Formats: sequence, C-alpha cells, structure tokens
Amino acid sequence: MLRGYAVLYLIFLYAPIALLPIFAFNDGSIIAFPLQGFTTRWFSELWTNSALHNAVQNSLFIAVMTAVFATLLGICAARAGAMASFPGKQGILGFVMLPLVLPEIIVAVSLLIVLRQVLGLQLSNWSVIAAHVLICTPFSIAILNGAFQNLDPAMEEAAMDLGESRWSAFRLITLPLVMPGIVSSLLISFTISLDEFIIAFFLTGTNPTMPVYIWGLLRFPGQLPVVMALGTILVALSIILLTIAEYYRRRGLARAGVADTGGFL
Amino acid sequence: MTRPLIHLESIHKYYGDYHALRGIDLDIRPGEFFSLLGPSGCGKTTLLRTIAGFEDVSSGNMFIDGRDMKRVPANQRPTNMVFQSYAIFPHLTVAENVGFGLRRDPRPKAEKAKAVEEALEMVGLRGYGKRAAHALSGGQRQRVALARALILKPKVLLLDEPLSALDKKMREQMQVELIRLQRSVGITFILVTHDQEEALVMSDRIAVMFEGEIGQMADPETLYRRPNSRRVAEFIGKMNILPGHVTEGGPGVTVDVAGLGRAEVATEQAPGGVVAGDTAVGIRPETLAILFEGEETTRRVVEGVVDEVVYYGDMTYYDVRVDGVPEPLNISMKNLIGRPVLDVGTRTRVAWDERSLVVLAR
Amino acid sequence: MAIGTWLTTERGRAATLVVPPFVYALLLLAIPVGAVILFSFWTQDFMTVDRTFTLDNYREIATTPVYGLLLRRSLFVSGTVTIVTVLLAYPIAYFVSFHVPAHRKSLWLFLITIPFWTSYLIRVFLWKVILGYNGVINSGLQGLGIIDEPLTFILYNVNAVIITLAHAFAPFAILPIFVALEKIDRSLLEASQDLGETRLTTFLRVTLPLSMPGLVAAVLIVFIPTIGDYVTPELMGGAGGKLIANMIQTQFLQLNNAPLGAALALVAMVSVTAISLVFILLNRRWLRGR
Ligand SMILES: Nc1ncnc2c1ncn2[C@@H]1O[C@H](COP(=O)(O)OP(=O)(O)OP(=O)(O)O)[C@@H](O)[C@H]1O
Ligand SMILES: [Mg+2]
Repeated sequence: MLRGYAVLYLIFLYAPIALLPIFAFNDGSIIAFPLQGFTTRWFSELWTNSALHNAVQNSLFIAVMTAVFATLLGICAARAGAMASFPGKQGILGFVMLPLVLPEIIVAVSLLIVLRQVLGLQLSNWSVIAAHVLICTPFSIAILNGAFQNLDPAMEEAAMDLGESRWSAFRLITLPLVMPGIVSSLLISFTISLDEFIIAFFLTGTNPTMPVYIWGLLRFPGQLPVVMALGTILVALSIILLTIAEYYRRRGLARAGVADTGGFL
Repeated sequence: MTRPLIHLESIHKYYGDYHALRGIDLDIRPGEFFSLLGPSGCGKTTLLRTIAGFEDVSSGNMFIDGRDMKRVPANQRPTNMVFQSYAIFPHLTVAENVGFGLRRDPRPKAEKAKAVEEALEMVGLRGYGKRAAHALSGGQRQRVALARALILKPKVLLLDEPLSALDKKMREQMQVELIRLQRSVGITFILVTHDQEEALVMSDRIAVMFEGEIGQMADPETLYRRPNSRRVAEFIGKMNILPGHVTEGGPGVTVDVAGLGRAEVATEQAPGGVVAGDTAVGIRPETLAILFEGEETTRRVVEGVVDEVVYYGDMTYYDVRVDGVPEPLNISMKNLIGRPVLDVGTRTRVAWDERSLVVLAR
Repeated sequence: MAIGTWLTTERGRAATLVVPPFVYALLLLAIPVGAVILFSFWTQDFMTVDRTFTLDNYREIATTPVYGLLLRRSLFVSGTVTIVTVLLAYPIAYFVSFHVPAHRKSLWLFLITIPFWTSYLIRVFLWKVILGYNGVINSGLQGLGIIDEPLTFILYNVNAVIITLAHAFAPFAILPIFVALEKIDRSLLEASQDLGETRLTTFLRVTLPLSMPGLVAAVLIVFIPTIGDYVTPELMGGAGGKLIANMIQTQFLQLNNAPLGAALALVAMVSVTAISLVFILLNRRWLRGR
C-alpha cells in the first residue's frame, strides 16, 4: 500500500514536468488539450531569439561566478567545521546557514535597499551574483560537510609526518579526497543560481537573467510554446547536471570508504 | 650510558585549563623498544604527538638526537608515525602510499621504486604495490603504514596503539613481527598501548603513565616484580594488596603484614622508598601456594578457608579467606598431575615467602 | 596574540577559516537586514527618503485593512501548505527509510529531488496548464464524461496557490524527515514489538516521537520560506489569491515605497518567526510531557 502511494506521489511530483516536452513539440500556439500535431518550430524560434541569447549569457555568467564563490566559501566553512572547536564556532556556522530558511524575498529586499538606497549603486549582474552566493553557500556547506567530515584527520597529519608542508598535505591528500564534493557543490550552486527568480527579479540591472526573461514571456500567450521548448531544454540540462553531481557525490563517498546515507542535504 | 636519542625535560602540556602532561622527564636510548603504557586518558597519545611535533608543548625541553625540537615542525623531525587508524591514503595505490615520503627525494624514479619494493618486502607485502589501498584488510593496512613510515629511515618510529584494531590472533602475530622488524632495522620504536601484556612482551623498557605523569619507568621484569607504587602494582598483572606497618631497623626493612605477620624484606623490595608507618604490601597470586594434604614446606604458612574457585583448565584460581586479611587472597595454582581441585569451604594452608613481598609507596 | 602562533594552533586555523563565510554573511545578510529595520522607521517622500524616525509605516499597516487581510491570508496559505506538504511527505519518507532496500535509497531520493531543481517558474506555470479552464484536469474529466462544465474552483484562487506550493516544497519536507527516520535504531522497534506493542502503537509510541526533530525541521523549512514567495500567487492566485509577498514586491518595484515595503517585510518575517517559535515550544513541551 505504501509503495502504491509512493508511486502516486512520484506521479504528482513529475506531472508538471512531463507536460513540458508534450507542449514543446505541439503544433499549436495555445497551451491546452487537445494536441495539434508535431513540430520543432518552437525550438527553431529559440535559436534565432537574440534577446533570449543575451539573457542566457547573463545567467550563465552569474551562475558560474556564483558556483565558484559559493563553493570557495563553502570549502572554508566545511573545513573549519571539521576542525577543532573554538568558542562561538557553532553559532557562527549556524549563522552562515541561515539563508537556507530565510524567505528569499527578505534577502532580495534587504540587498535592494543596501545597494540602491544606502550605497547608491547601479544594479548589475554582480548584485545578483552577490545575493546568489549568499543563498548558495549553505547548500555548498551542506554538501561539503559530508565530504570533509568523513575524512580521517590523521590523514593530513600522516602526510605532514612524511615530510609535506601543511599546504601540500592539503593539496595532495585532502583536496583529491573532497574533490567529488567540490564538483558536486559547483554543479548544485550553478543549478540553483541558473534557476533563481525571486531575488534576481529584484536585483537584475538592465540585462535580465533567463528566469526574469521567461517571466516576461509568460505574460504573452503567443510566446508560451517557446517557453515550453526552452523549459524542455532546461529540464534536460538540469537532470544531466544533477546526475553528474550525484555521481561525483557517490564517488566521493566510495573513495572515503563510507556507506551512502542519502541525497544532497 | 650512551647519549640518549630522545631527551625530554619536564614537559608540560595544557589543553585550555586541562593539564594533560604534568612534567614528563624521559630518556630513550638509540635502538630501544620503548613503550608508553597507561589507562585511557592518561596522556599517552598526547605525549607521542608532542614528540612527533603535532602538538606544541606548553613548557619544557625536547631534544631528539641532540637537536632542540623547539619550533621544529612535524615534517622536519627525524620521526615517523604509525597512526592508530593507519591513515592510509585511500585514493592512492599501496606503492604510492609507501613511496609517499620519497616525493622530495632526488633519487631517480627506478631507485625509488626499488626502495618501495624493498619496504613492502620487509613487511611481507611483496607484490602488493599495484593494489588499491582502500581494498586492504586491517592487518595489511597496518603493514602498509609500517612500510610507509620505515622507508624514510627515521631515527624514531612512533606507534600509537598500532595493534588495537586487529583481532586477537592477528595481534599476537603482529607483536612477534614487530619485534623482529625492530631488531632487523635497529630503529628506536616508541609504542603507545593500554594493553599491559603487549607492553611486557614487546618492550625493552616501559613507562607507566597516570594522569599526565610517569608513575614508573623500568624494564618489564622490574616493573612486574618491583612495582614502586600501589597504582602501578594494580595496573600491571594481578596483585594482592594487604595493609602493613613498617617498623624500621635491621639491615633490611621490618614490616608487619596484616594476617601474615612480621616480615623482614630487603631494601630492593621497597622500590618506592620506605617510611616508618602504615603502608601497603603487595604479593602476586602465583607466589602464593596452597598446601595440599601431606605437602610440607620450609616457607611460611597461614591458614584459611577457600571462598571461591575458578577452574581454568591449565590453572585453578582460588580466593582464600585468611583471618586478619581484609580481602580474600588471590592464589593461582598450576593443575599438576595428582593435584585435586578444592571445594569452596575447605580449610587449607597457604604458603608464602618474604622474598616475594613488595612494600608499596602510596 | 601574534598571527604566527595563532596559526600554529588548530583552533586558530579553524577560526581563521570561518572568517570569509562569516564576514560575507555579515555584510550581505546581517547588515542589510539591519538596513531594512532602519528603513521601516523612515518614510518615502516622493523621490527621496525622509529620515525622521517614525512609526507611520507600522501605523498604516495596522490601520489599512488590506495589509491585515493579506498577512492573514499569507499565514493561512503558508500554514496549510506546511500541513499538506508534511502530511503527504511523511509516508514517503517512511517508505523510503523503512521499505526500500539500502542500495536503492539514494536512487529514490534522487528521483524525489530532481523535480525540485528544475526551472521553478516553468513548473509553476505548468500547474496553470494542469488546473486551467482548458487544462489537463478539466479536459480529462470532460473527456471521461464525469463533468459537463470545466471546474473553476481550481484556478485563480487560494486553492491553486496551495496545490502549487505544496508541490514545490515537497522535497524540502521529505529530506529532513527521512534523515530523522534513518537515525532510528531499528532494534528499538523490534524491542517495542517484543514488549507487546502492535505495529501501530509502535509507530505512535516509538517511531513518531523519535522522528519528531525531522518533522519539526520539515515544518520550519516549508513554513518560513513560503511566506516570501510571490511567483505562485501572482501566476495562480488571481485577484483573490494575492499574498503579502506580492504587496511587498509591489511596494518596492512599482510604488517605489521602500520604507513601507521594508515594514511589511519585517511584519511578515516577525509573524512567521513568532509562530515558528511557538510551534517549537509547544512541540518541546509535548515531547517532554510524554
Ligand atoms: N585536542 C584536545 N583538546 C582538549 N583535550 C584533549 C585534546 N586531546 C586530548 N585531550 C585530553 O587529554 C587527555 C589525554 O588524552 P590522550 O589522548 O593523550 O589519552 P590516551 O592516554 O592516549 O588515552 P587513550 O588510551 O584513550 O587513547 C584526555 O583527558 C583527553 O580528553
Ligand atoms: Mg590514545
């Protein structure tokens, strides 16, 4: 009985996504049943839409920067988390994880006020990056915590004992062992940033990000099939990225020789 | 005495307010197999890690091979360590693990590979070089860790409970191998263990630690036969502890032992020193003997009642209640041909010897 | 203490390492939130901000009925979404933890998390396609002859918002419950049945209380963020389904009244936090009372 429920639940989870390719290849300009026949013209339209291309470029730039910075901060925090305790450590690490449970609109609003009203800056891709790094860092930390905490602290000491400096012990031993976690963190941060709308809508400058651009399209019924085509590509892309991330996460666990206990969080 | 290889002078170590090492003085000779023995939490690992350079000392001096180790980091000390968890690098092969320390060695590659092969052979892992390290058994990991540390020909090899992760049989086999290995390479070994039998079997000398201090430092036989204090006596082997009273005089020491009577003992039998007054007196179970029907002895004899019998195959352990002795005496007897096993409640005579008494400082 | 000796201790290095993420969060979270608080006590004067301290914004929020209405509706939606999501999620977490063989667990978790990572906007929009007037449900039911007229109570109202949000936050609820269930020592359950409890009473007296930390985490991780979502009500809610986040967004981006928007954001934030704290307290007392 539970299994049946679980299957129904998965259908509920996947129902919306399953519709994407159906309408992306549907030869009708309204998104409704009955279907009209097969076409690939919505995909060709994507190909020639230069406004979309700009938005995608922006989003890619933002997502790459976000992934790199969030993962760097995540490495610092996760590594510190696996090291000796000092007064206030738990509090500080908890504080850094806070954006995970903060409503995104609060992040958006507060950064908007600081950037525009307090500092008087122009909004740009960098304002979005700043905010995305803030919300991606907790995810990065959560992923990397798994990688760092499974490491035997004696491992680095052994390398130093055998003549390496502190830094080269980190580079030769720790870094290769947590590398799968780093790759996984990069991919997850990239995916979150690429998809994020609520904050980006507040903080984008004159060039919209891809979700902001899609948001604009949603108001024009004629553009919806194109959105479906774009969505299909995005979903396929995220599934590929996530599969790679999951592969690396598991490989990391296998390397450290520990049992797999579950997903990304 | 030759110059000590390791010389520690009133080493103190604090973790915050916690005083983990409380004035350790220690000299270890070249080529010695030296053990640090003590109950859990007494600071053995801390002391070993200070020698390796992983922990800073709070005060005191440390010299290795005549060189002051102050501010010499772990990677520049002539010591190598076998970790309790072995710390085998799981992403490298066995050969890469063993050859890890040769990375900065200027010798040509082929020579280094040969050195790795020799090191593997020394620990009985010939031909294992290409294996992935994470797929090894506990005993094999231990050998890789040994080979990896010994390939650098350190002055001192530090081993932190290297055998504790192995099962009993493997442990006994590795004990023998470690002794053989130490003899053949001639490197000074410092072994941390909380297993007194292991320390007695393997070591040239043992330091028994309690709460950050060394209680006694001696060769295994002295440690066993002449413990200098009650806590050492109780930590190593079994020991009957009886209240006693020292009344000085004569060439040796005169002591009144509860239940046994007055005894004259030599000064060596009081290694912790003597003061007139109340004291504790120890006597090992195997130096006491039950006198069976018809047996006679020239040793001294007391009478008692059997309180508890544990039959062990080759041995029988008795608890015998003797008037004036607060706790029953533990006595271990070999089960020789014709010797009966006594029942609880049997009256019996117990033979003992003044020469096997130890006067223990408190 | 000199930096040299500071870095030789492990604590010192650990403390140094947390500096970058900590400073980042301080600069981009703590200080901005402080700025929001400050702004909420100022007022907008056409193009400039009047920096005299005043409670005007809060007074306006308290006296204008629409803000109260939106806030209450938001809290209702967040609360309902939380209950629905967690109730639907618990059996799934339980199933994966107790009935899926160990080597298949991460596959199931992977399947559950995938939809969560795929374009949020498009996912919300697709619910419109499913629930809409000519949507999947209506055309399906009409095709089967179950209904004659399309159902209208499933789009452009609060119900639609709740369904969509419950879908969006599903993995957030499943994962913490799953983690808590995984930690339960299986021999406890056997012990309980051994002591004469039935499967049901074992669940109620052992499994459920032991999984409570995960349940609480799930509740918080769904309840708090849903208050800040303006996409779903905008697309799905119609006129009667707008929430407080839409009003905040409007104040900032259309009406250019940052101070009032800031005050609204704070009121919303404080409300969810207060409710969450009460929930945590009640839960603690309940667990202790057992
Ligand atoms: N990094 C540290 N911070 C604070 N206290 C420590 C630290 N390392 C060790 N201690 C404390 O110092 C004492 C000695 O620890 P140590 O590890 O040296 O004991 P040990 O003799 O090796 O014990 P075991 O046989 O259990 O390994 C213990 O009470 C321990 O709690
Ligand atoms: Mg230890």
